[in-house]
Amino acid sequence: MKILVGLKRVIDYNVRVQVKPDGSGVVTDGVKMSINPFDEIALEEALRLREAGVAEEVVVVSIGPGAAQQQLRTGLAMGADRAILVEADEEVQPLTAARVLLSLVEKEQPGLVMLGKQAIDDDCSQTGQMLAALWDRPQATFASEVVVADGVATVTREVDAGLETIEVDLPALITVDLRLNEPRFVKLPDIMKAKKKPLDEMPLAELGVTAGNFVSTSAYAPPAQRERGIMVEDVDGLMAALKDKGLV
Amino acid sequence: MSKILIIAEHDGQALNPSTAKTLTCAAAIGGDIDIAVFADSVDAVAAEAAALDGVSKVLTVETSGNGFRLAAALAPKIVAMAEGYSHILAPSTTFGKDLLPRVAALLGVAQISDVMAVLGSHEFQRPIYAGNAIVNVTVPADQVMAGTVRTASFAAAGAGSSASIESAGSAEAPSHTRYVKLEASGGERPDLQSAPRVVSGGRALGSEENFDIIYQLADAMGAGVGASRAAVDAGYVPNDMQVGQTGKIIAPDLYVAIGISGAIQHLTGIKDAGTIVAINKDAEAPIFEVADIGLVGDLFNIVPELTQKLA
Repeated sequence: MKILVGLKRVIDYNVRVQVKPDGSGVVTDGVKMSINPFDEIALEEALRLREAGVAEEVVVVSIGPGAAQQQLRTGLAMGADRAILVEADEEVQPLTAARVLLSLVEKEQPGLVMLGKQAIDDDCSQTGQMLAALWDRPQATFASEVVVADGVATVTREVDAGLETIEVDLPALITVDLRLNEPRFVKLPDIMKAKKKPLDEMPLAELGVTAGNFVSTSAYAPPAQRERGIMVEDVDGLMAALKDKGLV
Repeated sequence: MSKILIIAEHDGQALNPSTAKTLTCAAAIGGDIDIAVFADSVDAVAAEAAALDGVSKVLTVETSGNGFRLAAALAPKIVAMAEGYSHILAPSTTFGKDLLPRVAALLGVAQISDVMAVLGSHEFQRPIYAGNAIVNVTVPADQVMAGTVRTASFAAAGAGSSASIESAGSAEAPSHTRYVKLEASGGERPDLQSAPRVVSGGRALGSEENFDIIYQLADAMGAGVGASRAAVDAGYVPNDMQVGQTGKIIAPDLYVAIGISGAIQHLTGIKDAGTIVAINKDAEAPIFEVADIGLVGDLFNIVPELTQKLA
């Protein structure tokens, strides 16, 4: 079985994202870029499935600028077998990304497609589900445990009410949540080895995909700030303040 | 004029409060509002939905074997029902986040996730970068607007009406997807996501045993219990209690942060709370920058005293 893993290039999660003063976007110049952390967890899980003998090949895919090669090379250094970069210089919205992934799925015929549950830049949490819909295959989102056997994935999902378990027949789409695993660290020899692994590049236009970019963004603003309130001296002061607000 | 279909969320017996909040967002868009209730047994949930103020009618769809929990079962039926609607909304909970993109893709339209304000019938505000930036987004008026609604941004609509209830048939889960089970978390206490009062503890509690004083205070207040990521990572409490950017984003009327310093990632999860109370021994802790009421001191003295006075 082959596993296709999506890796989105995003602003590193440690960077404190700031809105440009003119409201035209967020500051990206000179900002560290990384693999979307949820996608990194998806790749780790795919690698573990390969190491367990469930899968034979792990292919990483990114849709984005040429510079996303860096993230794919990191994915190869983690252990992916080969990489595909679908080059797009403009913003790619979830429906377009899903259509691109569908065209790759038709070509590659994976048994599983694994993505992060959301990208930490646009926070949409849509691409995986959209791909599953267009592909007409099952989806198991927000996975915190994945067991694959006999053509069936048993997936534990982190839902608001607790942990939900579903079974899906392969091929299927899985999006992963934070607690599924801890991705491995990349070692220097692996980085050297990754340079020799195949990385195919193709322009988005070549795939014959119709763009699904329908959302236009007109203004960016920093979030409203809460104001500092009052300080009280002791528990009685706290009780009095809560009474004032009608909360006790 | 807009015609809006809301997909109700429920647990099989009762409507989830997120549905009434989604309704408030729909009312801000304006127009006719219908609610679709997918359930194995529709009657009780449909009656609750029909009582919500501002609903034109409730459409019921029968499922079986917990099919109402599965996006693959619901999405094709919602697409079949979409004719004539200008907007399809669901709460931005794990239920709505799982379901709505599957609907949008089948309709061939974009989705707006986490609507936090309505600027016009097709223009909305939503957060990106974990709430570090807010954007105004517009979708074309000539296609169905699919959106999930950030429940922390809208108050629940009132109840006291009686809309008509109509059957809209049934929906079957495809054979490729099977519901197995749900292990509910939290036990007897109010659900963290929807509780009007929440008490959270941080790393300063020091141990799993010490966290008991948080539970005792929460029980005295009838509150749900949360925790900071530091407390979760230290193993004091399970993952599903984490409040913050990578955990649960909540908006209770009252939030009490105990021994929580107030890392950005935590503050992102509580910034829409009504009143924030912070108790911390470090007067310089960032949590005090956002707290409405702050108390500096030793939580191991303060929390039992507060519990006693509230009991």
